[in-house]
Parts: sequence; structure tokens; C-alpha cells
Amino acid sequence: MAATQASKEQKYDRQLRLWGDHGQESLENAHVCLINATATGTEILKNLVLPGIGAFTIVDGHTVSGEDVGNNFFLSNNSIGKNRAQAATELLQELNSDVSGNFVEESPDKLLDNDPEFFHRFTIVIGVHLPESTCLRLGSVLWSASVPFLVCRTYGLIGYMRLAVQEHTVIESHPDNALEDLRLDQPFSELKKHIQSYDLDKMDKKDHSHTPWVIIVAKYLEKWLSEHNCQPPKNYKEKEAFRQIIREGLLKNENGFPEDEENFEEAIKNVNTALNPTKIHSALEDLFNSEQCNNITSQTPTFWVMLRAVKEFVHSEGNGSLPVRGTIPDMIADSQKFINLQNVYREKALQDAAAVSKHVERLLQSVAKPPESICEKDIKLLCKNASFLRVVRCRSLAEEYSVESVNKDEITSSMDSPDSEMVFYLMLRAVDRFYQQHSRYPGVYNYQVEDDISKLKLCVNSLLQEYSLNVNIKDDYIHEFCRYGAAEPHTVAAFLGGCAAQEAIKIVSHQFVPFSNTFIYNAMSQTSATLNL
Amino acid sequence: MADADEPEKKRSRVVELTEKMVVDGGNAGTCEWAGRWNHIKKFLERSGPFTHPDFEPSTESLQFILETCKILVIGAGGLGCELLKDLALSGIHNIHVVDMDTIDVSNLNRQFLFRPKDVGRPKANVAADFINIRVPGCSVVPHFKKIQDFDETFYRQFHIIVCGLDSVVARRWMNGMLLSLLVYEDGVLDPGSIIPLIDGGTEGFKGNARVILPGMTACIDCTLELYPPQINFPMCTIASMPRLPEHCIEYVRMLLWPKETPFGDGVALDGDDPKHIQWVYQKSLERAAEFNITGVTYRLTQGVVKRIIPAVASTNAVIAAACATEVFKIASSAYIPLNNYMVFNDVDGLYTYTFEAERKENCSACSQVPLDLHFAPSSKLQELLHYLTESTSLQMKSPAITATVEGKNKTLYLQSVASIEQRTRPNLSKTLKELGLTHGQELAVADVTTPQTLLFRLCFTS
Repeated sequence: MAATQASKEQKYDRQLRLWGDHGQESLENAHVCLINATATGTEILKNLVLPGIGAFTIVDGHTVSGEDVGNNFFLSNNSIGKNRAQAATELLQELNSDVSGNFVEESPDKLLDNDPEFFHRFTIVIGVHLPESTCLRLGSVLWSASVPFLVCRTYGLIGYMRLAVQEHTVIESHPDNALEDLRLDQPFSELKKHIQSYDLDKMDKKDHSHTPWVIIVAKYLEKWLSEHNCQPPKNYKEKEAFRQIIREGLLKNENGFPEDEENFEEAIKNVNTALNPTKIHSALEDLFNSEQCNNITSQTPTFWVMLRAVKEFVHSEGNGSLPVRGTIPDMIADSQKFINLQNVYREKALQDAAAVSKHVERLLQSVAKPPESICEKDIKLLCKNASFLRVVRCRSLAEEYSVESVNKDEITSSMDSPDSEMVFYLMLRAVDRFYQQHSRYPGVYNYQVEDDISKLKLCVNSLLQEYSLNVNIKDDYIHEFCRYGAAEPHTVAAFLGGCAAQEAIKIVSHQFVPFSNTFIYNAMSQTSATLNL
Repeated sequence: MADADEPEKKRSRVVELTEKMVVDGGNAGTCEWAGRWNHIKKFLERSGPFTHPDFEPSTESLQFILETCKILVIGAGGLGCELLKDLALSGIHNIHVVDMDTIDVSNLNRQFLFRPKDVGRPKANVAADFINIRVPGCSVVPHFKKIQDFDETFYRQFHIIVCGLDSVVARRWMNGMLLSLLVYEDGVLDPGSIIPLIDGGTEGFKGNARVILPGMTACIDCTLELYPPQINFPMCTIASMPRLPEHCIEYVRMLLWPKETPFGDGVALDGDDPKHIQWVYQKSLERAAEFNITGVTYRLTQGVVKRIIPAVASTNAVIAAACATEVFKIASSAYIPLNNYMVFNDVDGLYTYTFEAERKENCSACSQVPLDLHFAPSSKLQELLHYLTESTSLQMKSPAITATVEGKNKTLYLQSVASIEQRTRPNLSKTLKELGLTHGQELAVADVTTPQTLLFRLCFTS
């Protein structure tokens, strides 16, 4: 209905400006599964329900305790004794009527026993406060089914997240500081022709002062190249000399002093970046050389077919370069000069995208798929973002936990600084070991704290021994983790809730780049780290 | 005192329960139940190797936090809603919240204490009601007011103040207010007069949280360069050389609207009125067509006119949580607080950076020494005014300058009252010497960025 669409546009306006209507659509088509409606879990869901996730399902076999209500905004004291999945679903659903909330009053272990394929229907599964064994079992099921798995926990003042996804492609990474794609080092023929249409020496003052800096740099570069054996300015000295030549191009007034021409100042300022060679950075080269790109089948996802098409473009029409991006930054110029210059880049971008489309068509044909399988819009989007494509690959939980493939290097080198966030990862592994042995976490009751320190230390040592990790964990951290008593203070849960929800949105929307693969937050020092385990 | 009009919300008495007490099912309506504070008690009742040197584990800390500790939250928007929830669930049950705004439908994607039926109502009131019901025993007192409506007597009653503001001007005002509360005895700062200020800010996927101990650590003005002034498009671009769709929209907003007064004489452009935005949008399309510019959309039009900053729930959740953690640390003395600035960005993975922002020796707000202004006696007052507004370290909005000349208090220039502006405008083109100012004399400057008048010392250069 038009009315609901308009009110949704209003309601979601502030976030639509970040991920666009297509990003919102992917959110609204997603179904998230949350396991365990602890404070961390409900905070994550809150930050998914508010922006309008399509549906959520909470899986939780626990009943609500007094302790649960104390730190959880989505449980009330009259739900004590009720199933936690149901109680939390009510108050989360109430946040946004666009969202469809469901619950399953079952432990994940039971579901894994009886119906593991239950989890296949979800766009992403978020597991909160899962015991190690459950986590690994579920991890294995989701990995085989290619369902992204986000593991989260709040333990005392420590937040932990682990992303397990085999391959996650990102076309729209929205980089913060992207270099422009101006091709001044290798101007394409239409750009060359356009530059040639300018004669700086014959222009009147008005035109001279309103010529885009790109033209100015291009003109002086042409001259430089002809005088320097086709070698562009390379080092600081040469670039300074180049800037000076441009400066000399300023018009002089009747007294012989240079006029104030802002466009020339812009040109001088931009010399450094304008002279950056157009090249394909190594990360993209790696993608071009990867298995998925080179082995196109009828099963190959759209991303890789398009990437292969771009690669073929690079090796043919592109002459070693990517399709032109087609955007230019704003610069001092009169409207017409700017628009004309912008159109040169825009038209070239369209041309290049069309060439890439032809390659896409051919590739699809070669695997007997109809050309409509990949639409024009998606190809254009990929071409525009060609320099910023990212692929995130995480190791599986099984790989992380296996003695054969544990990432020893990452752990030992981080622990060269014994207070690095890596120590909290090791402590979390140790408390999981404690739980396996004692069916409880250390220090939950005051009277346990003292004795559990030595018990936990044994777990730490057995952990380090099992994985042959030659690191030292200070006793202070063992004491601190007993002190925590597996507490889940709301503010730490809320911090992690924000972090995890946005990572889930990245996975669902394929916009912005997810972390890989472990994130640790330390609320004591307000610091964090991303580890690769 | 504005505060006297608001009746204190009744609070149920807090009943202290021991850990092992069992409560039967029929306790709906009471605001305590077994285990409620288990997650927090571990940090208050147990010693640990990383606690603050002053920390002493005790069962009384929880009582202090629940009953005595009084926190002020400034703003009940994206950060404010999160802050109220975070503080309430951390045991802080005496909270006041100030917000001058009413609820808009575009708030609903993140300001989770509000529902569609609340649109148009004051944020502070709706937020307070929601928390008071959802968190039994918590008392949030709302103030549907501007921060400037209160004076020192109001602010002095709080242990800690947390800001979730969306304006640098408001932050600086709050900063100045807390600095004005500081008491110095024989040049030594009385620590009892310090009210910690926790400040959070977000924009899209970026945010920051900082702890300010007024008089001791870097204040808002010490780090004013971290908030660079908003860049506006040059007038000549807007008036005659548009290149971007934004230029077309600004043209309509700044030049066409005042000329055509489409909704009546003297009717200002209201960014919240869809009819106004629709008019601007149509005219922007026409302007763009004139210059072959593409890209004008309704959404862009609204964004430019209202200077909209994109926002999502997740960033606000993160930053508010970090701020609330600091409130808890300070209120309980359990841990050493953040020292003193954390930056967060989750565009590419998750990135945080924590550093100690340094005090500026000659900070206009907290350094206590009058700032020197160096001008030639032949400089015009206009140049001095320009310096006050344009320098990155001062960034004043519309300073009012007074001085003592020949024993009498003289207003040199004041912009905010039309009659005085008119009367003092000729002074702008007079030289400092002509105005009777002397080397070394004090100038008092008032501005919206500070609740207190700033003193400057005029130093003549030859």
C-alpha cells in the first residue's frame, strides 16, 4: 500500500541514507535466528528489529529467572518462570510492527538432535552464550549449509564476537577515503580529445579562472611529458617543479602580479593525488587469480561471473585497467565546463560497463544460462565499485578449535604483549573448559571465588598444553575471570549488541565490510581488537 | 528555578534482599525480586586485581547507586533513549532527563522508547514514562526544556552528567556550565565541586565517547579542532555556477525562497513541512535542468535543507553503552575511568581508538587565564569580531563584546538584539583606537557557546 510505503520511507529515512532502498529491501527479506534471549541476545535483536529486519525467531529452552529480568530490557518481572524465548519475543515484537517475531521453546541441542535442518531457513544465525559443545555442533551444521553464523557473548567486562562464514562478497563496501579515478596518467581517447579542446593560452580571464583543475593538470602534464621523455614527475623534487610550472600558468594582472585563481590553486593542491598511477591493487589481483573467478560453472554465484567479466575486460578493452568509475569530485569551474567534463567520464563508464556486460553474456552462454540471469543494474554497480570489491573468508570454528589447525602464530605473537586482548580470548576458552569439567562457570557465588581461582588456573594450563601454546597468562586475569562469575552487565551487553547487529546487517545487505573473524571488547579499558583465529 | 515545577516521581522503597532468598510467583507490582542485581553485585561486592585503587568492596555500594546517586541525561534522542535504559539497568534509579524536542516519525528507527502514537509529544516525557514502567523502581524525571533554561542550582545537584547531544554549541554550553561550578580555594581546585561530564556523539557508523573531569582533564573547548566547522558552499557557486544537485537545492533554499515567499510573506522555510520541501524539490529540479545537472531527488532535497545526518540504532547503542559503562565506573569507583577519549567506526570491520586528549594551555573555556587578543590599534572592530567567529579554537557564533571605557561599561557590538545591533553596528568600521580601547584592557565576550562571559586581554601590536 502506498501509505505504508510512504510512512516506512519516513520512519527509515535516516538509515536509508546509509544503505539505500536496495539495502533496506535485503533487510526486509531476511530472517534472523537468535539463540538464547539473554541481555546480549535481546540487545542484538533490538538493533535489528528497529531498522526493520523481515523476521526473527528466538530459540531458547530456558525459563526466565529473576537474574535475567534484572539486566534485560525485554523481560519483565511478571515473566519470571515463563519460557524466555516467548517472553522476549513479546517485548521485542512490540518495537516494530513491520517485523514478524517467532519463538521456539527448545534448546538448540535438542533441535540439533532432532531437526538440524531447522537452521537452514535462516539468513543468519546468531548464537549467544552457547556452551562450547553446542557452539561447535551448530557451527558445523551451519558451515555445511552455508548459513552465516555469528557467535556472541558477554562475560563480565569482556565482549566477544566470532563470525563464521565461508565466503562473503561485498560489492558496495563504501570506503571512507577512496582515491578518485581520473586516469590522468593514461587518459582514454575521449578524455584526451576533451582536454585538447581547451587552449589555456587563448582563454579570457573568466574562462581561464573557471577551468576545472583536472584539465589544468592534464595540460601541463602533456607539456611535461613531451619535455621529459614521456616520464611523469616521480619524486618530491619533480612534483614541486611541476607544481611551480602550473603556478607560472596563473594569469598576471597589469602590474605583473599573479591573479587569484582558485582553480589553479586546486590544481596545485591536487598534483600529488592526480599523478597517482592508475593501477589494480593486489587484493583485487588476488580475487582475479582465485579459483572461483577462473572456474565459471552454472553454479557460480553472480559476483564471480561479473568479476570474471571484469577481468576479461581488463585484459582486452580495458588495456590493463578497470572499467572507468565515472564520477569526479566537485571542483571550481563554471557549470558547463564541469558538466561537460563529468559527462566525458560518465559516458566512458557507460561504455566500459556495456563492454563488461558483453563479457557477462558470453560467460553465461558458455554455461548455458540465460543472459537475463544477471541484470544490467548489477553489472553497472559492480563496475562503479570495481576498485572497492571485497571478499571476506573466515575459517570454520572446527578449524579454530582443532589442535592441527589452531592459529598458533596469531596467538603467540599477540601474547608477546601479555595484556593484549588475546588474553581475554584465551580466558574465555579456559572458562568454557571449566564449564565442561564442573558444569558451571567459575565464581558464580561469592564463596566459590577463592577456590575457583586455582581450578581455573588448571583449566588455563591444560588449554595451553593441549594446543602447545608457549604463552604466559598473568594470574591477575585468572582472578578477574573468577571475579566476573559469568556476570552479564547490561552496558557491556548493550555495546556488543550494537556491534553484532551491525555486523549482521552487513552480512544480510552485502554492504560495508564485516569483521574477520574474532572481535574482543574490553570495557575496563574501552579498547578492542580484531583477531584472526 | 524551573525544576521546582516538576513533582518528584514517587519511588517505592528499595528492599534489600540476600542472594539466596526465594520469592514466590506472586510478586508482580513490587520493584524488587530475587537475583535482580546479581549481574552488578559481582562488581560492587568483590575485590579484584584491576579495580580502582580507591575501591572497597561493600554491600552498601549498591544502595548508594540505587538510592542516592543522581544522574542527569542531556538529550532523549538516539543516544538518550539508550542511555536511560543502560543506566536504569545498571541500578541507577534517580535520573533526570532534559530534551527540548518533540517526537518525529524519523526518530522511530532508533529511539526505541517512542512509538508511532507518540509522534508530536515531548521526548523527555515519553522516554521517562516508558523507563519508569519497564524498569520498576526507577525514577526518571523529565524536563521538556532547553539546557539553557536551567542555572547552576539545577546542575549542581547531580553526581554525574551524561550528554547525548546533537550540537557542538550545546556541548560547549554544558561544558562551560560545569566549569562555572568549580570552586577554587587559594588557587587549589576543590574536588568536591567537580561534576564529571560524559559526552557521546554519533554520525552514521562513527561515534565517540569521552570522559571530562572539568578543571582536571581536557574539556570540550580544549579539543575544538576535533569538531571542524561545517563547510558551506561558496555563494558564487550557488548563485551563478552550480555543478552539483546540492548547489541547486541551496540556491532555492537561500536565494529563491526569500525572493518568492511561496507560502506567504515572512513565512520561513520549515524543513519538517512536506509541502515546503516539495516546493523546494520542484524548484531545485528546474534549476538543475537549466544547467544540465542530474541527481536532484526528494530525499537529497530534504537532506540538504535539514542538514540531515544519517543515523542507525547500532552506533547509538554502542556509544551510549560506552558512556553508561563510564558512569557506572565513576559512580561505583569500581574501575579507573576511560582516560579519556574513545573513537568508534564500524564501516570496515570494527575499529576503536582510545587516547588521552590533552588540555590546551590557553583554552578559552577552562584555562582560567584571560586570552590575549593581538591587534593593531588601527584594526577595525570588524576584524576582531571576525577572529572570534572564524578561529578554529574559538568558533563563536554571534559574540557580544563589551569593555570598560573611561570607567563606564560600553557595549561595543551585540548581534542578538536588533535595536542594539543597529546602534552598535557603526562601531564595526571604527578602529580599536577610535573606540577608546587601550593596550592591556579587558574585553568581556558573551556567546551562545558558553554560559559565562569570557574575558580577553587586548594586546596592541605596533
